Amino acid sequence: MYKLTNVRKDYPKGRSVVHALAGVDAVIEDGEWLAIQGPTGHGKTTLLQMLGGLDRPTSGTVEFDGQDLGAMRESEVTRVRATSIGFIFQTFNLIPTLSAQENVEVALAPLGIGSAERRARAAAALESVRLEERARHLPGELSGGQQQRVAIARALVKEPKVLLADEPTGNLDEGTRDDIMGLLEKLWRQHGLTLIVVTHDSSVARQAQRIGIMRKGRLTIKQDTRPGVS
Amino acid sequence: MFFTYLRRELRRRIRQATFIALGLAVGIGLVITVTAASSGVKSAEGSVLKNLYGVGTDATVTKNPTAGSFAAGRPSNFNLKSGSTVKIDTLTATRSLGSLDDSAVTTISKLKGVAAASGALTADSVNTTFKIPKFSGGNGGSGAGGAPSGGTGGFSGPGSFNSGNTVSVDGVDLASSAQALGPLSNGTLKSGRTLKSSDASSDVAVIDSSYAKSASLKVGSTVTIASTKFTVVGIVSVSASDSSADVYVPLARAQALSKSTGKVNTIYVAADSATDIAAVQKEITKAVSGATVTTSSDLASEVTGSLSSASSLANNLGKWLAIAVLIAAFLLASLLTMSAVSRRVREFGTLKALGWRSRRVIGQVMGESVTVGVIGGLVGVALGFAGAAIVSAIAPALSASVGQTTGSATPGGARQFSGGSGGFTPPGGGLSRAPTGTSGGSVLVHLTASVTVDAVVLAVVLALAGGLIAGTFGGWRAARLRPAAALARVE
Repeated sequence: MYKLTNVRKDYPKGRSVVHALAGVDAVIEDGEWLAIQGPTGHGKTTLLQMLGGLDRPTSGTVEFDGQDLGAMRESEVTRVRATSIGFIFQTFNLIPTLSAQENVEVALAPLGIGSAERRARAAAALESVRLEERARHLPGELSGGQQQRVAIARALVKEPKVLLADEPTGNLDEGTRDDIMGLLEKLWRQHGLTLIVVTHDSSVARQAQRIGIMRKGRLTIKQDTRPGVS
Repeated sequence: MFFTYLRRELRRRIRQATFIALGLAVGIGLVITVTAASSGVKSAEGSVLKNLYGVGTDATVTKNPTAGSFAAGRPSNFNLKSGSTVKIDTLTATRSLGSLDDSAVTTISKLKGVAAASGALTADSVNTTFKIPKFSGGNGGSGAGGAPSGGTGGFSGPGSFNSGNTVSVDGVDLASSAQALGPLSNGTLKSGRTLKSSDASSDVAVIDSSYAKSASLKVGSTVTIASTKFTVVGIVSVSASDSSADVYVPLARAQALSKSTGKVNTIYVAADSATDIAAVQKEITKAVSGATVTTSSDLASEVTGSLSSASSLANNLGKWLAIAVLIAAFLLASLLTMSAVSRRVREFGTLKALGWRSRRVIGQVMGESVTVGVIGGLVGVALGFAGAAIVSAIAPALSASVGQTTGSATPGGARQFSGGSGGFTPPGGGLSRAPTGTSGGSVLVHLTASVTVDAVVLAVVLALAGGLIAGTFGGWRAARLRPAAALARVE
């Protein structure tokens, strides 16, 4: 469970200061699917980075399962990322020199898992996103949708508690977008994940249980947009 | 995962990796070639110095000649009657060196830092005859009351001079503690045996192979020195025989025949260790009044000619060129690695987001750099071997001259090797030792460059250092990346 209390993040920009987060308060329950929308430059991605322990707030607390990510040592935050948080990026962020299979294995490297188990788990993750036949292909040999599926497999292979997705369909066409979102929903249900998706796409956001709107660094959450989904 | 990622990444950057590896290879190859050539030059210098000095000798002690240093050695059977024949058969201590008492050898051998000392007497045996032409006496000149006028008279009749035989002789100290030093220490026994302690008072001799050839002598033959017949017991070959004697006899016999009992003119000294040589030099100067102590480094500083130029080239230009290329290669490798890290900011940010620790990312970057460094090192070693082989194949001939310096204590006197004319003249008007056995009398050394284990180890260390330096810069840059900033960066 996430509990955010008066989270602020300031960035220096020249002589002025940008208030990317201007006091965010929120509670995100385990297994919840939250979509975050809002205009560009209003703090969506910054908030996601705070949730993922990729950055630290200027003030306030970001509690994850009762631990303040902002107060933890870097090595501890890294450990939390390695075990409990999966990321999906708009630009997929696959390692171009590694095959689909190896890209998925990269997420298991910090966990000290043996190579045989690593291979088996990566193969299973690729199978779960229906890409087992493309396991040996390099990212450059895959379509955008396929690359995002590899990224999803990479995020899920370590069986995280939370999946953070930053514009996961931003680079995909409509058909592929629906395919990827269908896949995410299926996996969310299967794994009981907490899924937090930053998106500009309202059709994507509407699939979430709740939608949060970021404006000028503040988050406002609408309750239960999809009452049928639980 | 580490090796797969490393291999793939290097394959992706194959051109850049090749460029970095080649840069390091050229630098390392140059270092090895220059080191090998430098070692070859040192070896050539050592060879020249060894020929002049003798194996194991760290310093020689001599004295400048003074009047009456040695007995005049004038033959006693001079008969200066006109028309008579004069026969000279003497052994005379070389006049280019002053005499030292035998006791100086003992004094020196007891000094701190001295491992052994050996006295030697360098002498020349002259065996010749000449006939004094007839002299007819005339009227004496008159000088009284006017301008002086010369008298009449003059030589008439045939006079003659037989150039005879001049042989250089070294008296060798045969004490067991001195055997490893001295004039014979540099020789290679060709036949027979060398002199031993029990020969100290015997009329036995070891002769130089070149002299043996020119005088048609062999083991068992006899050589006559100062009317004394010496039995040849061995034949030795001394390289750069310009500086070698023709005949080696027991020191006591040489002293007796040259009327120099209790005298030597060169003392060969071995130090306990190379680091003691300078201290030993000071000690001897204090202990033996008026002595000139020459060490191998003193002699090395007197070496001139193309060998000296090659030494200077290898030690100065070559060394600095290799260092400059190596530094350039290190800088190039570092800059290109940092540039590669800059291009992979998003990649490293992603890895950090996935839970890779900074040290794992740094390890990956350093692994790639060190691999390139090792490849560069291996190619560099190959280039170094090739460079050394080329130097050896060309084998440039280097000439060496030891400059004639006043008071030089080079054993046997300051020596000058000159290309072509073949002159070899001890200073001070002593008898010349004609060069034997070498073409034209010049000391020519062919440069060989052999790669040593040390050089290869140095290359491996440099290669690893190059890789580590480049990797450290790259890794440092990668470690400083905040994953959020790295991911926010648009490529």
